[in-house]
Amino acid sequence: MPRITRYFIKAAMFYFAAGLLTSFLISARTLLSLPAALANMTPTYLHMLVVGWITQLIIGIAYWMFPKFSKAEPRGDERVGWAVFALLNVGLALRVIGEPLNIGWMLPLSSLMQFFAIWMFIIVVWPRVKER
Amino acid sequence: MPRLSVWMVRSALLHLGIGITLGTLMLWNKGSLIDLRIWLLVSTHLEMLIVGWLIQLALGVAFWILPRFTQEPRYGAVRRGWVGFALLNTGILLFILGIWLPNASSLQPLGRLLEVAAAVTLASVLWPRVKPVGV
Repeated sequence: MPRITRYFIKAAMFYFAAGLLTSFLISARTLLSLPAALANMTPTYLHMLVVGWITQLIIGIAYWMFPKFSKAEPRGDERVGWAVFALLNVGLALRVIGEPLNIGWMLPLSSLMQFFAIWMFIIVVWPRVKER
Repeated sequence: MPRLSVWMVRSALLHLGIGITLGTLMLWNKGSLIDLRIWLLVSTHLEMLIVGWLIQLALGVAFWILPRFTQEPRYGAVRRGWVGFALLNTGILLFILGIWLPNASSLQPLGRLLEVAAAVTLASVLWPRVKPVGV
């Protein structure tokens, strides 16, 4: 398993646990007298699970398992893969902080980072979706 | 990767790209208001990312990696698989058109019905390939 895949899968597992923990905290907010900001976190936890967990897991496994780009560069330009990893995770983290705390500027920045991460992934993986 | 999987995975990637673009607009709009009508994108965003991306990718990859038959056709009922692919993507398209076109809300249940037909069709293609290797 390539190093970049290990990073994607481990980050995905982090978001899996963190997303479910956030969901628990939202549901137990009134019971445990937790901060009111948690009430704004329903879309946040859903995106932690759908983007941070499921989509990131798929991206990591696609880098590993999809047909090779070429013998010299089996996964294409790996620098793009690392840029995808950084943009996706920093972008999602900005959302996790900015959404409950209503820090307005964080959300456009987060959206742009995730946008570029996903489109860069699509562009780099597209030639690998091919018949043998 | 078989041709049907190539088409399903590429279609899934396109849904991911368009779905995330709509999500980008909505998240930007949440932090820095552009136009309240951007919230109307939410149903299209969900449809493209849940059905078009996640479900379609899973089906396309399953058709690729599930155990093949030892005799031709090794991938099973390929033609039926193409029918399932067409039903799924037409269903998504009709559902989204039903959201946006005036007086066309009946396209939404029709789109869902095609998605159900796609699920049954593709499950019937994949079902016999859920088996031990070499059988």
